[in-house]
Amino acid sequence: MNDMNMEKKGEAQAAAQPQAAQPKAAPAAAPAAARPAAAAPAQPAKNQIEPECVAPEALLERMETLKNKEGYDFLENLTGFDWEADGLGVVYQLASTADPSRRVNLKTLTTDRENPYLPSVADLWDIANIYEREVYDFFGIRFTGHPDMRRIFMREDWVGYPMRKDDETEKNNPLRMTPEPLSDFTETYTLQSDGTVTKSQRRLFEEDEYVVNIGPQHPSTHGVLHFRVSLEGEKIKKIDPVLGYIHRGVEKISEKMTYPQTLALTDRLDYLGAMQNRHALCMCIEQAMGVEVSDRVKVIRTIMDELQRIDSHILFFSCLCQDLGATTAFLYGFRDREQILDIFEETCGGRLILNYNTIGGVMADIHPNFQKRVKAFIPYMRKNIKEYHDIFTGNVIFQNRAKGVGVLTKEQCISFGCTGGTGRAAGWHNDVRKLRPYAAYDRVQFNEVVRSEGDSFARYMIRLDEILESLNIIEQLIDNIPEGNFQEKMKPIIKVPEGLYYSAVEGSRGEFGVLLESKGDKSPYRLHYRSTGLPLVAVMDTACRDNMIADLITIGGTVDYVVPDIDR
Amino acid sequence: MAINKRPKIKSIPYEEFKDNETFERLVAELNAKGTNVIVRKLDELIDWGRSNSLWPLTFATSCCGIEFMAVCAARYDIARFGFEVTRNSPRQADVILVSGTITTKMAPVLRRLYDQMADPKYVVAVGGCAVSGGPFTKSYHVVNGVDNIIPVDVYVPGCPPRPESFLYGMMQLQRKVKVENFFGTTNRKEKDPYRDTMAEKAEEIYNEEEQA
Amino acid sequence: MFNFDIVTTWLHNLLTGTLGLPEWGAILTESILVALAIITIYAVFAIVLIYMERKVCAAFQCRLGPMRVGPWGTLQVFSDVFKMLTKEIINLRQTDLFLHNLAPFLVVTASMVTFACLPWNAGAHILDFNVGVFFFLAISSIGVVGILLAGWSSNNKYSLIGAMRSGAQIISYELSIGMTMLTMICLTGTMQFSEICADQAVNGWNIFRGHLPAVLAFIIYLVAGNAECNRGPFDLPESESELTAGYHTEYSGMHFGYYYLAEYLNLFICAGMASTIFLGGWAPLHIAGLEGFNGVMDAVPGFVWFLGKTFFVVFLLMWLRWTFPRLRIDQILSLEWKYLVPISMVNLVLMALVVAMGWHF
Repeated sequence: MNDMNMEKKGEAQAAAQPQAAQPKAAPAAAPAAARPAAAAPAQPAKNQIEPECVAPEALLERMETLKNKEGYDFLENLTGFDWEADGLGVVYQLASTADPSRRVNLKTLTTDRENPYLPSVADLWDIANIYEREVYDFFGIRFTGHPDMRRIFMREDWVGYPMRKDDETEKNNPLRMTPEPLSDFTETYTLQSDGTVTKSQRRLFEEDEYVVNIGPQHPSTHGVLHFRVSLEGEKIKKIDPVLGYIHRGVEKISEKMTYPQTLALTDRLDYLGAMQNRHALCMCIEQAMGVEVSDRVKVIRTIMDELQRIDSHILFFSCLCQDLGATTAFLYGFRDREQILDIFEETCGGRLILNYNTIGGVMADIHPNFQKRVKAFIPYMRKNIKEYHDIFTGNVIFQNRAKGVGVLTKEQCISFGCTGGTGRAAGWHNDVRKLRPYAAYDRVQFNEVVRSEGDSFARYMIRLDEILESLNIIEQLIDNIPEGNFQEKMKPIIKVPEGLYYSAVEGSRGEFGVLLESKGDKSPYRLHYRSTGLPLVAVMDTACRDNMIADLITIGGTVDYVVPDIDR
Repeated sequence: MAINKRPKIKSIPYEEFKDNETFERLVAELNAKGTNVIVRKLDELIDWGRSNSLWPLTFATSCCGIEFMAVCAARYDIARFGFEVTRNSPRQADVILVSGTITTKMAPVLRRLYDQMADPKYVVAVGGCAVSGGPFTKSYHVVNGVDNIIPVDVYVPGCPPRPESFLYGMMQLQRKVKVENFFGTTNRKEKDPYRDTMAEKAEEIYNEEEQA
Repeated sequence: MFNFDIVTTWLHNLLTGTLGLPEWGAILTESILVALAIITIYAVFAIVLIYMERKVCAAFQCRLGPMRVGPWGTLQVFSDVFKMLTKEIINLRQTDLFLHNLAPFLVVTASMVTFACLPWNAGAHILDFNVGVFFFLAISSIGVVGILLAGWSSNNKYSLIGAMRSGAQIISYELSIGMTMLTMICLTGTMQFSEICADQAVNGWNIFRGHLPAVLAFIIYLVAGNAECNRGPFDLPESESELTAGYHTEYSGMHFGYYYLAEYLNLFICAGMASTIFLGGWAPLHIAGLEGFNGVMDAVPGFVWFLGKTFFVVFLLMWLRWTFPRLRIDQILSLEWKYLVPISMVNLVLMALVVAMGWHF
């Protein structure tokens, strides 16, 4: 099977060569000429996707059939696109949780750039609510039937839609130092039977509701996240997350960068999954170009990913303890985390932002001490996990505060797309490492840690157990790093053949995906990251309702989001 | 004008600090008019207290925040300097470590936090993003350097800066605090970009209230 | 055993006899001296306690704690005090300024007066009534008024939630404190702190003398006392990770400093009361039958015993604080009303039974 793939790769690469050269030959003056690269590679790249185009009118019906009849119950990704002359559109990626090999991609578009309307699928998947708001914010596509059509990342007085190719963002939006306007109203666009669209307003918070702003500057939101929380006494009635305080426009600036340059930004998305994020993008580009990295690189990447996962989960433990008031446990976590950072530092040179993976390999070969130190770390960490359980897990106060708090059912997790530990705590097998093994995960034995309770305690235990599993994976690989190149020879200018590509890795807190559209240039046409954290924030309202303020902290801590990854 | 008394930082000789020229220029500027002997002695006592008790506001927007946590943790232990009392309320904090990217949506919030802090207050711009916008300079939603919004005392470059540079930055700030004058003169020579607008706005609100 | 009466009588004689002051003048002078002394001791203890807390928590957390200001960081807290004294105090618009400024003084006054109730040594007690326990309970609950006012007058939602939590929590736990104190009064038969201590010097420490009910009461007292001081795991009113700084969110400078001081002093007072009522106060440790040992113990001055015991309890409470995660408000209240109050009621009956039947030592 592996050999077959490699063969295919070879072909794809061969086919890619003339095409990559094409834009060079035909100068930029004729963009139309560059497009007839419809003579796509004979064999599509491993991660290429070809979405089926559905007319907006037929979309809802098709989606309903797909979800309810054919079992595509997981909306993995919903991405807005600006195909300039072709119009504005959305790509939907669906998957079936019962049979993970079944995946389907759809797209729909509208040519109206002034008043683009598309039907909303927010009724079918809860997460579509947030995703569609994101598309509206970036591209100005309004979704008819969406219950809450507001901007999500930008300020409400923002002018224009930044991700559109023709938007003059900087010109229209000087730095505004006035307090941010936050409306109590939200809008809904409804498609009438005669084809017109009507707009209606709805109140988010009533006049007499006690609304407390938690964030954007708050110790427990893990960054600059803002929750508008409506309280009744200490009970939470409703949460409205306000995002975008760390929206840095990564996807947009990537469009002007060359591929190697875009790599630098991935580390800074979810800085606790720096390795994995960069791995995802590198893998996406490599597979699209048909480059096969050496076994050595695969194994090194796997080990690094797992070390990063341990690092992230230790930080999760630390921050949860800190949020719940157990300060000492917080420092214990950091003590152990420094050991991993030492290992990283020797090989990569960085502590947090590692810049290690590159297209076609890794930046530098592993340090001579690497294996020795990792091997020393494994028993050290196993011992300290016991200490974590002693100091925190067994504590009666923690158990009372976590057990049965913020229960999410499996159905809710799927509908919200909460991958990673949050989904697995509710019994959803969603580990990308198992479902679609990449790098060296197909050659190691490990368990996918799954629990069924779905409460905060389960989410917490999943993380600690995953540390042990990650140690197992590392243990199997650390002595068997095959010889080989640590970096494939790449062309000085990297160009990805035209097409739409999607690759995903199991990040520290869920599936981290990269959706890349290339027009054959040296920079991506559109680069979209499937944020691991956005679904986790979206689910907060559901998880926290009728709980106390203190539970908001517990739940927020256990679903474990990292804000720069949400806002991108 | 030469400075007669150099601020001492425990176990680091004066010469080992980088960019002493800027620092000396700053001191000369502060003491241009000369100071009273008795008052200066009192000042020294107060500056000693202030410089050794810079309580940071827990403010982190992104990656640098994690490194700040690492600085507070066992290996780097910011507590040795007495800075471990991180306050969550800006009213009680002395120094705001702007660690992470400041986006245009966050800018008014940061400014408000700064305005809410009680004097004396200091700002340390930590990391490339806070210093200049870092890797995101070209973004439509990122402020290119917090000195566009608030006056900055110390810049700590890096992406993210190593914990050691955090500590070094804090010690540079200590030196700066140690030459301040409590009585009489102004201490701030950095430009506060929004000071006038803020004062105007305050005036406006005040007038409105008067009328009501 | 050193009795502080010698000093007070000498001073009184000095003032009335040698200096020839009238009786009222002497008492006035003494009062002023004592007041100055108590304020000084209050400040010194606050500094010691803050330093101790920072060092103790550093030790638990594999850190060093303050090291660079003075030898081993001993001057750290002094520099904090200088800073705090010269920090701007912010007055907010749209708040009740009078109440806002009054609140920290109420808190600090309450803790100063309760501080004066502690028996430091034989003969060294400042406020000593025959209903001392009642007085102590009454005065200590003035603090909660300060906290409620702070929350109310700050015009801040976090402060208000924090203050309400604090009100609910402190008033509830006061019940257990009263009940456990009553239990011990049952055993000693007096409400005067000086006599409680004197009684223990003769009959042995209450915690040994009252055995089972006394130990139970001691544990309940520690839990409730910790809650009364708003310290972890009961630090809900200011729970940093939920309400930024709780009721004192809007306070800056020395106003915040008063809360900070009062927090640590309340810890000390709580521990001091525990040592007075359960561990014998200034009474030395005696073991029946070991005359030599008892003689050595008697040679140690009473205030050393008192401080030793108190700081031991303080250490216990710090240990608790840095180890345990925070409770939730409903859990705090159910712990009090469903467990501590019923248990301490039963315990009171048990103690009454023990005293009536003479089952104590």
